[in-house]
Amino acid sequence: MDLIWLIPLLPGFGAALNGVVGIRFFSKRVAGLLACSTMALALALAVWAFVELLGLPPEARAHDVVLADWIPPIPLETAHGIGAFEAPWSFRLDPLSAVMTLVVSGIGFLIHVYSIGYMHGESRGAYARYFSYLNLFCFFMLTLVLGGNFLVMFVGWEGVGLCSYLLIGYWYEKKSAADAGKKAFIVNRIGDWGFILGIFLVFFTFGTLDFRAVADAAAAMPVEAAGFGTLSLICLFLFIGATGKSAQIPLYVWLPDAMEGPTPVSALIHAATMVTAGVYMVARNAILFTHAPMVMTIVAVVGVLTALMAATIGLVQTDIKRVLAYSTVSQLGYMFLATGVGAFAAGIFHLMTHAFFKALLFLGSGSVIHAMAGEQDMRRMGSLRKYMPVTYVTMLIGTLAIAGIPPFAGFFSKDEILFRTFLDNRLIWGLAAITALLTAFYMFRLMSMTFDGAYHGPAWEGHGHEGADHGHGGHGGHDAWHGPHESPRVMTIPLMALAVGAMVAGFVGVPAALGGNNAIEHFLEPSFTASAAVHGEAVAGETTEAAAPAAAEAGGEAAAGHGEEAAHAPLAVEWGLMLLSVLLAVVGIWFARRNYVTRPEASEALATRFAGAHRVLLNKYYVDELYDATAVQGTLGGARGLWAFDRRVVDGAVDGSGWFTRLSAWISHMFDKYVVDGLVNLVGWSAGESSYALRRVQTGLIQNYALLMLIGVFALLTVYLFTR
Amino acid sequence: MTPITPAHYMVLSAALFIIGVIGVLVRRNIIVIFMSIELMLNAVNINLVAFARDWQHRVGPDHVIGQVFAVFVIVVAAAEAAVGLGIILAFYRNKETVNIDEMNLMKW
Repeated sequence: MDLIWLIPLLPGFGAALNGVVGIRFFSKRVAGLLACSTMALALALAVWAFVELLGLPPEARAHDVVLADWIPPIPLETAHGIGAFEAPWSFRLDPLSAVMTLVVSGIGFLIHVYSIGYMHGESRGAYARYFSYLNLFCFFMLTLVLGGNFLVMFVGWEGVGLCSYLLIGYWYEKKSAADAGKKAFIVNRIGDWGFILGIFLVFFTFGTLDFRAVADAAAAMPVEAAGFGTLSLICLFLFIGATGKSAQIPLYVWLPDAMEGPTPVSALIHAATMVTAGVYMVARNAILFTHAPMVMTIVAVVGVLTALMAATIGLVQTDIKRVLAYSTVSQLGYMFLATGVGAFAAGIFHLMTHAFFKALLFLGSGSVIHAMAGEQDMRRMGSLRKYMPVTYVTMLIGTLAIAGIPPFAGFFSKDEILFRTFLDNRLIWGLAAITALLTAFYMFRLMSMTFDGAYHGPAWEGHGHEGADHGHGGHGGHDAWHGPHESPRVMTIPLMALAVGAMVAGFVGVPAALGGNNAIEHFLEPSFTASAAVHGEAVAGETTEAAAPAAAEAGGEAAAGHGEEAAHAPLAVEWGLMLLSVLLAVVGIWFARRNYVTRPEASEALATRFAGAHRVLLNKYYVDELYDATAVQGTLGGARGLWAFDRRVVDGAVDGSGWFTRLSAWISHMFDKYVVDGLVNLVGWSAGESSYALRRVQTGLIQNYALLMLIGVFALLTVYLFTR
Repeated sequence: MTPITPAHYMVLSAALFIIGVIGVLVRRNIIVIFMSIELMLNAVNINLVAFARDWQHRVGPDHVIGQVFAVFVIVVAAAEAAVGLGIILAFYRNKETVNIDEMNLMKW
């Protein structure tokens, strides 16, 4: 376990090697193998650390490793006088980060392998660049989940944002891809602003950034049941950060556009790992959040609204990856809903199962896109089942999992969330249940349009299909396209591995009602409670204010408290809810198959009947347009205004002073030229002119001089004689 | 017969001097001009000697300053004649003329 710092550093090393020398020198084979082997080693280390962690007693399952000093103690003002701001490179392995590490390194490894097949059409340098970015992403993501304090987590947080930007814009020659990358980055910055304000406030309030210390200190503080205090403000800021990274209302708009990146990237970053960082961050600060019930409510409401809104948009999208993107937004909403009602373990459980089945679905869609030579529009697919059976079966498993059909993984995690929501708030539960129905519908719509019905895609050689006029437009680097085909083994094996995951991952969290013991919840529980010493203190303090309504949740009893409550709820309710959610899923599936397989005309009839609603959904509620009209145009307008100010006033002043300097220089020049030089020249000129006249006197003839001298003598004599 | 008084000498002297001046001013030949200058010098000598003799008659025989001065003038005139003739000779060698109108280089 002391080697956990190696888990992020291994892919970091791979990224550096591929990035520095690989782009120029490595063959595709070497670059791919290097990236995959670093991930394999990281996965092996993660498993080893996990096994070691399991070997410890539950209350001792936390291990901190300080790799190096980073920021030495700096005296800074805090709420309790001068504190020491310091942040070492500390890594923390506890049940929560262990689960996340396993998910990231495991799915990351599978997607690295899959990428070898998916990206084989790229040129050599671009291939190494791709793997360098992908490894770099894993480095930052593992830093994020293993970070032992807010600042290390923030390094990872920003790093994954950077990698997301780099990978969305991987095909940077394509304007839409470059724009989507920028959009993702900029929207994320808004969230990061909230996150970093939260970090500042955490330091100001607690005088430390270490997760454990902050959690213990927060556990000792009273629950802000009635008001909106410092803890609530911290949690709100952190949640703003989470909405950015995890694509929640109002910052979800970047995720659907992020589908411009290569499909394995969508699977890894925009479905399985990075977008769940917000959920992880909220869960990591579970104790803070349980002390801020108002913010918890905000989280739950935002979560369920996001889930519902994204699901409705997903109903009408025709791009296979966009459906999955909205599905991801929707499922992330579920996870926030879980954390918002205090079911942190259920949120993380859903995060884990979602990572499996959503990565599977994305990789499956990538396999389809690969088979269709770049086509992403589901209306031009159909009947692919017979061409690519492995993809079909694995994707079907993923779809059943997300729809919540037992015994696939999604059923257990989603049902847990629905159940806990039901106990907390019936209205929110209702919205979440509708979302479950919609989820089943749009996912089976996707499956039906892609794999069932008639083939609507372009024709290929030896297949006289009526769609011949579609040509081979979307078909890039290959010489000839021989129709849809099953993907190579390097792609189908990760699909199969993930399908197995999507089938069995749910069994770690079988609820008590079904005879299980909800192992994952008990495993994760220590991460959501304060350490034992503080726990005791808090309980002691609690007796003094036992009247406070939410006091039962104080002192880190949040998760456990809910667990007990859950145990007390009638078994019948839990069973009923399970039956209901399965029923909803079945209804959704039936409706989808009816509309898109048995009676394809029914869906068009629906679309025309509810034309207004259909148009709104097709345009994604016009949120992009709204943001464009307000935030984007506002920013641009402000920029233009400042530009005009710069241009007119600042430049004007500078130009004016330049002009004035030139003018005065010109005046001075003229004075010099005509007055000063004129006087000097006048002296010379007048001397020259007068000498021209006077030189006539100098005849050079001695006799003239002598005569003049004589005349002078006479003149002097005359004066002398007559004036005496 | 009227005695010869300094006035008579002065008239002679003035006449000689004026002849010299006119010679200097009007003649073209530099030799003649030179001779005219000598004429002027000797007019002065006559004056000096005449007044020195008048002074001897009236004050005493020791007063001969004027005659001594005249001797000086004669010496200086001799020196001047030597130098002047040397210049004229040099000039003649260059220009092959002794016409004073040709000697106008010292102007402008």
